[in-house]
Amino acid sequence: MLYREAGQFKTSYAADMAIFPIRQDRIALLLLLAFAFVGIPLLAHFQLWPLGSDYMLRAILIPFLILALAAIGVNILVGYCGQISLGSGAFMAIGAYSAYKFGTGVHIPLEFIGSEIAIPPLPVLPSILLGGLMAAIVGILFGIPSLRIKGLYLAVATLAAQFFFDWVFLRVQWFTNYAPSGSVNAPDLVFFGYFVHSPIERYLLCLIFVTVFALIAKNLVRGNIGRQWMAIRDMDIAAELMGIRPLYAKLTAFAVSSFIVGVAGALWAFVYLGSWEPLAFSIDRSLQLLFMVIIGGLGSILGSFLGAAFILILPIMLDQVPHALGIPISVETVSLLVFVVTGSLICYLLIVEPHGFARLWAIAKEKLRLWPFPY
Amino acid sequence: MLVFGQFLEVLIGGLLAGVLYSLVALGFVLIFKASGVFNFAQGAMVLLAGLALVRSLDFLAARGVPTWAAILLALLFAAIVMAITAALIQKLVLGPLVNQSDLSLFMATIGITFVLEGAGQMLFGSDVYPLSLFPTDAWFILDSVFDGGILVNKLDVWGGLIAGALVAGLAIFFQRTKTGRALRAVADDHAAAESVGIPITWIWFVVWLVAGLVALVAATVWGTKLGVQFSIVFLALKALPVLIIGGFTSVPGAIVGGLIVGAGEKIAEVYLGQHIGGGIEYWFAYVLALAVLLVRPQGLFGERIIERI
Amino acid sequence: MKADIQERSGAAAAAHALSDRVIGDVLLSVENVSLAFGGVKAISDVSFDIRKGEIRAIIGPNGAGKTSMLNVINGFYHPNEGTITFKGTRRRDMRPYIAASQGISRTFQNLALFKGMTTLDNIMAGRALKMRRGLLWQALHWGPALAEEIRHREAVEKIIDFLEIQHIRKAPVGKLPYGLQKRVELGRALAMEPELLLLDEPMAGMNLEEKKDMSRYILTVNDQLGTTVALIEHDMGVVMDISDRVVVLEYGRKIADGTPEEVQRNQRVIDAYLGISH
Repeated sequence: MLYREAGQFKTSYAADMAIFPIRQDRIALLLLLAFAFVGIPLLAHFQLWPLGSDYMLRAILIPFLILALAAIGVNILVGYCGQISLGSGAFMAIGAYSAYKFGTGVHIPLEFIGSEIAIPPLPVLPSILLGGLMAAIVGILFGIPSLRIKGLYLAVATLAAQFFFDWVFLRVQWFTNYAPSGSVNAPDLVFFGYFVHSPIERYLLCLIFVTVFALIAKNLVRGNIGRQWMAIRDMDIAAELMGIRPLYAKLTAFAVSSFIVGVAGALWAFVYLGSWEPLAFSIDRSLQLLFMVIIGGLGSILGSFLGAAFILILPIMLDQVPHALGIPISVETVSLLVFVVTGSLICYLLIVEPHGFARLWAIAKEKLRLWPFPY
Repeated sequence: MLVFGQFLEVLIGGLLAGVLYSLVALGFVLIFKASGVFNFAQGAMVLLAGLALVRSLDFLAARGVPTWAAILLALLFAAIVMAITAALIQKLVLGPLVNQSDLSLFMATIGITFVLEGAGQMLFGSDVYPLSLFPTDAWFILDSVFDGGILVNKLDVWGGLIAGALVAGLAIFFQRTKTGRALRAVADDHAAAESVGIPITWIWFVVWLVAGLVALVAATVWGTKLGVQFSIVFLALKALPVLIIGGFTSVPGAIVGGLIVGAGEKIAEVYLGQHIGGGIEYWFAYVLALAVLLVRPQGLFGERIIERI
Repeated sequence: MKADIQERSGAAAAAHALSDRVIGDVLLSVENVSLAFGGVKAISDVSFDIRKGEIRAIIGPNGAGKTSMLNVINGFYHPNEGTITFKGTRRRDMRPYIAASQGISRTFQNLALFKGMTTLDNIMAGRALKMRRGLLWQALHWGPALAEEIRHREAVEKIIDFLEIQHIRKAPVGKLPYGLQKRVELGRALAMEPELLLLDEPMAGMNLEEKKDMSRYILTVNDQLGTTVALIEHDMGVVMDISDRVVVLEYGRKIADGTPEEVQRNQRVIDAYLGISH
């Protein structure tokens, strides 16, 4: 009898349009946020299970948050606007390397004018946001062809972006500040004078970013632009005949998506990795993000979180479960098994529930509304 | 003359390399022509075919089976493996998804890619396995015209001949045989084809089987060139620009596209690469494809899509 | 015949016939329009006009070019020859954005709903053209953006009330029965507050009850909002009953143009399309 809407009347359209119109959902969300912002840091501080060591924070929670953020970005483009992108890794890279350059000072000599562009090193927060902005600009550029090119052809165009930027960040040494090893160290994470260093602090930093951006994303998708995106996805011709401008809708989708993915890339590099090479953002990463979005649920913000959690935890589970059962399994076999399971799950979900885990979750909630009655 | 000779060498090398891309692209075109599905897994199929081939070949050779017999048996084994794969894909994945959107089918093939990559390597191993079915040494031609002659790789020439034979064979298959005609009917309109009695499930199995055999042929050539290994899958990704340029539904387009990509890449690498830092081959094909897409979205030989509402 | 027509659209039709609608000047006219795809001529040298406030029917056998004609008016197809004059401006062809922003909206023969969205969102999508608040305000979902969203929601709710689809407001449209989907599509077209409403076989596949309802909606919209309607329809009873003038197409050519009674008696039309007149 727990999950009922009886007695909850909406007396205004604003209330009807709320993100969580059902009171029980709001309470659940507040509890979750309380646990995330307060509970987990407390557990970590006192080293209580499951945060007995740094492992949970450093290897699971922090990457989960950042990848979930990237998945939200990818979901906006692929799930809400229906534009396939196989190049999200490149946009993470653009965010990361741009943020790095802004954080270490940009100096571009312009001999032909006889002057130069010189920007002093910026603080971390503006650098990260500017990294996102750079990614957004490139996203818009690569989105321009999307008016003429659709579907699979667009996927190939995004692959072009992926491979091109792989090469750029490898060969154009300006981006790595001419580091001999080709790998780069993140600047110190100083936010408003506060030095973010320990895993708990990094975790809270990521949590703040993710919460803010998830809220922004949710607001966009339930408003006018979100409907335009979905209209283009579902029936772009009819949308155009209704006065929705496909170019505007698609470019804003590319811009917002790439911005979020770029910020995620900068966070991945600065907060999670600390020091990185271009390989961190290769096509494997693009496919990984795409899988998160498909498995979690296309066109669902919640789905982005579920998908990220699943993809991150899968290799760990495939590693731990056989060990727990006493079956020896090599690292290599685990990674091959991850391939097989991920691929099979994608096929299975596409057949059975194309809207992914988010839909399964919604169905479970529907059943819960009726519980304990069968119908 | 020397400079032209050099250019010719690069060009011929590029063209022949391009033919190898076409071999993979042909598999894509087949499946796309007959079922409208873009098979991202074609590269993984090349890997699987190659692994099955090379491992069984090594197995038989180690047991003292004479070379020619070992090769035949290994080819047969690999073909059977591809047939089983085709049947499984048809039954488990494509059958249930038959009415879904193109996007869903495409993503399913990405899923299949991962399954084939993982399962293939789990079954047959994940090292680099050298294959030597063709001569790989150099050959100097036209040495009367150009000083020292033009360097041409024999393997590439074999690849070209095989690709030519394959194209001719496929063309005959599509135009002259009953199954080939049925395939074209199915590609045009599934429901209509079904309603005139064409068994769709069987047809699709045939398509994937043939694509699997094309993958096997590609594996013999690619495997000899590079050794059978995981990175072959990325080569298949190179076939995508080939398809874009040639058009997704055109067999001659796959060949022409492959030639353009192969030659373009090599020439760009040699002549442009020294100015920008090398490694251009990595992305040149894709950017070229992008340029073609902007000018002619259906590719050089593809069919124009007229939208109706 | 008169009796069952009356029964079909009932009171609305009677009221419509007695109402004091004013049919004004020419709102849209097409002049000598021709359209060909490759070798196939879809439309050959067709000219007709639509007056403000009237209900204009476009009829004819299948393949006559009726949907293509609507597509030309919408700007989806561009004619090879001829011009389109809308609200006094003559153009070589129409662009979708101009058509929409100048007040032309449309429903489709094979339904073109946004299957991934709910009824409410589909109709709200029809308001997209009128919503002006920028991306940044939308990201906050507060202040001006929220006020705009609520304002348009109120307008859409009026349409939902009018079309009696409150109970399926939050249903994903893909799951709805065909008749209701057609109604939602009409709602989406109405949400644009069009001056010219193009309806492509709005009654196709409907039973008698549903046709009654649909006729009622069309007539009310024409009566009370003064919306000009152009509709393609195969049900001759409906055409005779609710339309003011009819244009008949066959194989891409115009073969008749006049009041329903005139067209019904036209021998060419009878031969091509109507069969034995009764």
